[in-house]
Amino acid sequence: MTIKKSIQVTVNGERLNREIEPRTHLVDFLRESVGLKGSHLGCEHGVCGACTVRLNGQIVRGCLVLAVQADGGSVDTVEGLSRQGVLADLQEAFLKHNALQCGFCTPGMLMAAADVVQHNPRANRQQVREAISSNYCRCTGYHAIVDAICSVLAKRAQEVA
Amino acid sequence: MKAPAFDYVRVDSVEAALSLLKTHGDDARILAGGQTMMAALNMRLSSPALLVDISAIDALRQIRLNDGVLRIGAMVTHSEIEASDIVRRQAPLLSMAVTHIAHKAIRNRGTWGGSLAYADPAAEWPACVIALNATLIAQGPGGLRKIPAQSFYLDLYTTALNPNEILVDVEIPVGDRQQVVAFDEISRRHGDYAITGVAASAQRNGETLNNPRLVFFAVANTPFQATKAEAALHGKAPTVPVVDAAVAALAAELEPIADLTSSSATKRHLAGVLLRRAVKALASTN
Repeated sequence: MTIKKSIQVTVNGERLNREIEPRTHLVDFLRESVGLKGSHLGCEHGVCGACTVRLNGQIVRGCLVLAVQADGGSVDTVEGLSRQGVLADLQEAFLKHNALQCGFCTPGMLMAAADVVQHNPRANRQQVREAISSNYCRCTGYHAIVDAICSVLAKRAQEVA
Repeated sequence: MKAPAFDYVRVDSVEAALSLLKTHGDDARILAGGQTMMAALNMRLSSPALLVDISAIDALRQIRLNDGVLRIGAMVTHSEIEASDIVRRQAPLLSMAVTHIAHKAIRNRGTWGGSLAYADPAAEWPACVIALNATLIAQGPGGLRKIPAQSFYLDLYTTALNPNEILVDVEIPVGDRQQVVAFDEISRRHGDYAITGVAASAQRNGETLNNPRLVFFAVANTPFQATKAEAALHGKAPTVPVVDAAVAALAAELEPIADLTSSSATKRHLAGVLLRRAVKALASTN
């Protein structure tokens, strides 16, 4: 019998208090306790990247972080970042470039892609490939995803110039 | 799968963690960045009753430089090492190695000390600390204990740490102006486990390499220091015959353990390739 712990986490800007079992990982917490189904669970042992979310501003594997470890912190998911900015641009580019088919990997892929655009805005194609090597896609063969991310990088570089 | 049920405590001091280890014995596990532990729990390879989370202990999260010693606390993350200018200047081997560790989302959570103490034979940091002649510092009920990196790794996932000790800090001697370093690894894709890798250091005087250290990983149960290959290089300029002799010495002293994708012979060959690359880098870096 496990005693539940109470945690306070800011999810997409909203402060939430929840009681959870310590074994609950961050993505189960988001999906089951908070009701945000955008973050997906693929392998659940840190290989596939479908569960990528931001914790305290940094991308993490949501299946390799306990929700209790996020106590006092802030989490951003694909739902919270879609309205405008980098993620909205990426979503549009993914559509335009056919960078998704079944869409299962897409939320995690977008979170990894947004991290590159924000932290390495001058990334070249090779660096983009390396950055998303953390995320599995079994439909596209990656080429279209790399195209989509590179198009956003190019567009934003043009806007800055 | 889902992890089995356990309890969880986040501690803010090493003393508190040690006290929980004493009370709970084998039922308790230390949780650092969790990037191995969480996967093991989710696959139910491990079922501790209590996780003691030490990742928030501020005292273990410092990178400090004084008196020719770089100290990196056990709970510094891989990403923090990657971003550190002090590390880049004082221990560039670590900056070279860090990008080979998994992926950014994992480097953001995984820790220096967690990786060192877990002792995965394919991990980068254990080979690096041996190549840099570092000293690992454990804290137990009796206080601090210093363990040279060279004698820290005993066997597969087995270190010189006692069950009632926690790795807290690592001291790396820095500031030797003759020191040159090199790092390389071969993996199937970026971020995958290494098939074979090498962390190397030497003192370069003119064209001569002195006291080379060649530490291979993912070839044995523990990091493998190629002492015979080192002896073949020591005190000489790395000319073609000298490097050929070192590769031959390595092939003779190394009995790699095959893994799922690579045979022992493949790994031995790749270790030789990496030796050549490493020596070339040692001879040519500024």
